[in-house]
Amino acid sequence: MSSDVVIRAENVGKEYRLGAINHGTLYRDLQSWYARLRGRPDPNVGVQDMARKRDRAMRISGDRFQALSGVSFDVCRGEVIGVVGSNGAGKSTLLKIISRITAPTSGRVCLRGRVASLLEVGTGFHPELTGRENVYLNGAILGMRRAEVTEKFDRIVEFAEIDNFIDTPVKRYSSGMYVRLAFSVAAHLEPEILLVDEVLAVGDANFQRKCMGRMQEVGKGGRTILFVSHNMTAINSICQKTICMEEGRLAEMGQTAQVVQNYLSRGKVGVNGTYSLDPDSLDGKAVIYKVTMLDVLGREAGIVDLSAGFSIELQYELREALSGVSVGLQVLAEDGYTSIFSLSDPELRPERLEKREPGRYRAVVRFPACALNTGAFYVRAGISSRFSIYSVVENLRFEVVDSIGIIQMLGQARKPSISALQFPWDVERI
Amino acid sequence: MTPNSEGSRSRDCAEQNLCEQRWDVVIKPRRRFLSVDLASVWRYRDLIWMFFRRDFIAFYKQTVLGPMWYLIQPSLTALTYYVVFGRIANLSTNGLPPFLFYMSGIVLWTYFAVCLTNNSEVFSKNAALFGKVYFPRLVVPISVVMSGMTAFAIQFALLILVSLGYVFAGNGVDLPGLSFLVVPLLVVYVAALGMGVGLVVSALTVRFRDLAFAAGFVTQLWMYASPVVYPFQQIPSKYHGFFHVNPMTAPIETLRHVMFGTPDVSMALWLSNLAVTAGFLILGVLLFSRAESNAMDTV
Repeated sequence: MSSDVVIRAENVGKEYRLGAINHGTLYRDLQSWYARLRGRPDPNVGVQDMARKRDRAMRISGDRFQALSGVSFDVCRGEVIGVVGSNGAGKSTLLKIISRITAPTSGRVCLRGRVASLLEVGTGFHPELTGRENVYLNGAILGMRRAEVTEKFDRIVEFAEIDNFIDTPVKRYSSGMYVRLAFSVAAHLEPEILLVDEVLAVGDANFQRKCMGRMQEVGKGGRTILFVSHNMTAINSICQKTICMEEGRLAEMGQTAQVVQNYLSRGKVGVNGTYSLDPDSLDGKAVIYKVTMLDVLGREAGIVDLSAGFSIELQYELREALSGVSVGLQVLAEDGYTSIFSLSDPELRPERLEKREPGRYRAVVRFPACALNTGAFYVRAGISSRFSIYSVVENLRFEVVDSIGIIQMLGQARKPSISALQFPWDVERI
Repeated sequence: MTPNSEGSRSRDCAEQNLCEQRWDVVIKPRRRFLSVDLASVWRYRDLIWMFFRRDFIAFYKQTVLGPMWYLIQPSLTALTYYVVFGRIANLSTNGLPPFLFYMSGIVLWTYFAVCLTNNSEVFSKNAALFGKVYFPRLVVPISVVMSGMTAFAIQFALLILVSLGYVFAGNGVDLPGLSFLVVPLLVVYVAALGMGVGLVVSALTVRFRDLAFAAGFVTQLWMYASPVVYPFQQIPSKYHGFFHVNPMTAPIETLRHVMFGTPDVSMALWLSNLAVTAGFLILGVLLFSRAESNAMDTV
């Protein structure tokens, strides 16, 4: 029913101006203006434009970049909607517009009810303040009245499981406690519309389960949730419908399973087993700019051999010294969300959680032969810390084939297992 | 969707009108003309208070030298002015003990400068927060001027202590009685002015980042254009027009008048100063409201 629509986006567009119009400083604006006056080439143009020219050239016209264009959709009360799309498809821009962090350049968004956005947990937490004071501060930032926080205070503390430390400054909290408290405040905000961007990926597995449970609970309570995530498992388990963004446009909206499947089959970022972008075209404190599948001889390959083993190479850049950061790698099954391997580089070397110096890095993960059975798989790589996700690359597709025929030899097209590892059998007659 | 007046479409029209009404928030491209949403600022008044509390707590949890600094800074500055302008340049202080004269000017000026500087950095200092959560951005400037009052209160208390010292030492200084009650009004006036100018600068720095440096420098020069180190009465009347436009003239002069009984400030000076301040405040709030919707794209 149309009367139940709580979010209506009508032809929403967002355009960013690139370099030439505004250089960010009055000095450069004057310099450009003076150059034009004398008929000389503008000294400030060019360099900046070159840097931005990336694979999205389609969306750049002149000095304008179309981050979003013509996005329209309706969301009804009580719906939990997933938003998927590759990096730069416009998911976050869309969420930023709906949460009023930035204004659209065309179209409009109509909302009914109170909106709260969870684009990051712990926004505005102050380390010197106690847990209690931060709950009130954070609650107020998220739009709660003081009386409302007081009323929910006990439940917030209980959910976060930190009751004894509530009057301790949060700078003394462990990272787990910090995240739990931050999420707990946000989870008890009771907006009619909740916008969530990837926050569920923080905290330990136990707490993540709890967060997911809370999200589902919130959804059942007649609230509307818009959930942006790269995590297909999460999208599948809590969203009925999903929006797929592509190149700043809404590519598809419909039942989650269908949209996710279409998205994965369409979004073959790395057809040849390689994902590679110019690092300068990516924003962020830490960015992954290259993910490559390598065969046993170290050649780039989108198809690797079952009996030979393969490696996945990541190249990333840290723009500032970061601590508590882990670089992770997942190999997912063909359905796009069953995770077969979940690896992270501090796992066997915890000292990597300490400060990492800025610079470019190359990491290679070697997989033994037969680790994966034949079939298609997806690679997902990310850089994250306890509180935020810096960079995610996903949907790098590769295939494992059996060119020698070990499996066929046994008279089957495919062994009914994910891994094809074989282990020795000790057999004796007794 | 604009309501259509044609008869055949009247039903659609009614439905559309219904649609228009039931939305709580309509997010549109940045408005062409200026508008300010003060109602939503009022709805977020608890947040203003929480920001003030946060700054206050962070303030007293500083090291010992932190709060001490607020006492050292005006004392040493007043001493310097005493030597340079009082002793060497021999500028008049309207018959007041020079130390008191300079200190009273410095205390009020410092509060103004703090309001101005901190507000001009609102977008860059809060980029992390503004980039993640929506709330009426005007909440921050308001809490900034409130937080500045903490330091001002400490410095003003020091000024009163020093004045009392002079009274007991019998240097001809007399503290007045009731006219003292004007001081809070002066503080509000200075806060409004500092916020107004600061907001103008902050809105401009969204586009021109180098203006932030210019703002610091201009603030410094502005002090010498205000009667901080010299009394207004020393100014030849042909320059009075300038001081009518400089909105810091009246508050500093009035503070000295109510505290130490220096000559009164004319109504004309006050009215023109008030007009300039009101202008800055309105312009600042309008420019800031205009800048806030797209500020996060550039910071």
